Amino acid sequence: MSNLISQLNLLSPEIFVALMAMLILLLDSFIIDKNKHFIYGLSQLTLLVAGLITASLGFSGPQFAFEDMFIFDSLALFLKMMSFITLSIVFIYSRNYLLDRKLLNGEYFSLSLFALLGIMLMISSKNLLLMYMGLELLSLSLYALIALNRDDKKSNEAAIKYFVLGALASGLLLYGMSMLYGFSGSLDLYTIGNVIQTQEINSELLVFGLVFIVVGIAFKLGAVPFQMWVPDVYEGSVTPVTMMISTVPKFAAVAMLIRFLFQGLDYLIVDWQQMLLIMAILSMIVGNVTAIAQKKIKRMLAYSTISHIGFILLGFYVGTIGGVQASIFYLTTYIIMTLAVFGLIILLSSTQKSIEFIDDLKGLSQTNPWEAFLMMIVMFSLAGIPPTIGFYAKFSVLQAVIDQEVVWPALVAIIMALIGMYYYLRIIRLMYFEKSNKKLKTKSFLPMLSVLTINAGGLLVLGIFPKTLMSISALAVGGSL
Amino acid sequence: MINLSHFLILAALLFMIGIVGIFLNRKNIIILLMAIELMLLAVNMNFIAFSYYLGDIAGQIFVFFILTVAAAEAAIGLAIIIIVFRNNRSIDVEDINRLKG
Repeated sequence: MSNLISQLNLLSPEIFVALMAMLILLLDSFIIDKNKHFIYGLSQLTLLVAGLITASLGFSGPQFAFEDMFIFDSLALFLKMMSFITLSIVFIYSRNYLLDRKLLNGEYFSLSLFALLGIMLMISSKNLLLMYMGLELLSLSLYALIALNRDDKKSNEAAIKYFVLGALASGLLLYGMSMLYGFSGSLDLYTIGNVIQTQEINSELLVFGLVFIVVGIAFKLGAVPFQMWVPDVYEGSVTPVTMMISTVPKFAAVAMLIRFLFQGLDYLIVDWQQMLLIMAILSMIVGNVTAIAQKKIKRMLAYSTISHIGFILLGFYVGTIGGVQASIFYLTTYIIMTLAVFGLIILLSSTQKSIEFIDDLKGLSQTNPWEAFLMMIVMFSLAGIPPTIGFYAKFSVLQAVIDQEVVWPALVAIIMALIGMYYYLRIIRLMYFEKSNKKLKTKSFLPMLSVLTINAGGLLVLGIFPKTLMSISALAVGGSL
Repeated sequence: MINLSHFLILAALLFMIGIVGIFLNRKNIIILLMAIELMLLAVNMNFIAFSYYLGDIAGQIFVFFILTVAAAEAAIGLAIIIIVFRNNRSIDVEDINRLKG
């Protein structure tokens, strides 16, 4: 009995988020449109309390629950806390934008919280079944979220594309899981790893299963050649949903990658290293080169995301703890930068006119100097120019690669980062050296503007003192690998 | 005598039909849903065959979960198709081509 309570205690953040998501869904039908702020406040409170519960679990070595299906280690602690903070910031940024468009209702918040629950389960799963359930909870919530703006044809189209490709990806992942189960006779990732290591099973068929697993993960991350959904979904969905999709689920995808490849199938490292390398190089090339040709800002950011995913995969390709630490650090940086850039797009979008084309930012420095300045910092950071944090993120990944004495992937990465600078710096040129064609009216919502300033300014401050964030992410990885 | 490899080959064939169905289908979104369902059922067959030959019950339990999730997935897919139809008055794959760049 006490055993059950201690196990439930380990799952208390998940249980709490699940209950609150259902409560919000229920309350939404009773609350009139004027009082929807209450739902917003309740969602923020949920995230705060879930964060406090998770923090109170503390960290003392990996803990397991429910027949070792559930694992709580330093990586889970770090990724969960990051997910809470990120989703909370997403909510702050989304509030006014959704309110203006009459989309601020319970669906957005409860679906986001259900997606968060799926993410939390994926982060903490050590079992194929739990991993699959978490993944589906996340994906199903995202399908509905993308179609949030029901009357918009673009939104519908993005939803149907993501649905078909997402279902295909989870089918492929499941096929890979069935292969792993067939070869090892267990659903537990550690047991699968041990069985593979001790018995020399027919490894060609095992690699066949591994390919399907890697494809499933790559799809969730949006790495080339499984990136086709990224630009369409980014462009089609409402900007707050785009911001949500491009940030929080990446934690889950990265956690899935670490749990599968590093904690389960680390014996097959030679095989999956090659796959990750190919995907990393292709992602950087396709992402950076295609982004140059884009006219719409959300499509450009989609391709920029693909190129950042390439960098994250490059860190994982190295296969050492140092590489994973660099990747987690890069992921954290990417999340902070993405939040800031989408926050700025939302801030500059008025009720009548959303920022859609890159040219809409022309001459922003004359009309909105402060927003233009923040945007400049974010663009410098995305491009990886010192002294912003984006530089250190790229630097640490490259260092991890060069430490393994393989130089050519690092060279490709540097060349691609240089190409990438073009389209980031083009935005700065448009903002500062072009005449504005119209005044962008922004309704500044003070909490949002201040959080945004901290967020974008943080890129600069963290860039000057990168040690803290680096050592936190190093600690998170070091405690669980 | 039917053995494990027969089941695996059948499942692989069904899975391939599902994937090909998604990529070759140029007409109707409903057929995409059917192809997705076929993929998941092929995986179920894999799990059950492995479970039987390994004498391990976990695979069959997994199948129940897959069936449940597949039902939820079909529900969301059909809901999306309904809103597409409401806006476009058609669910042809060819009519869905607004997002490009």
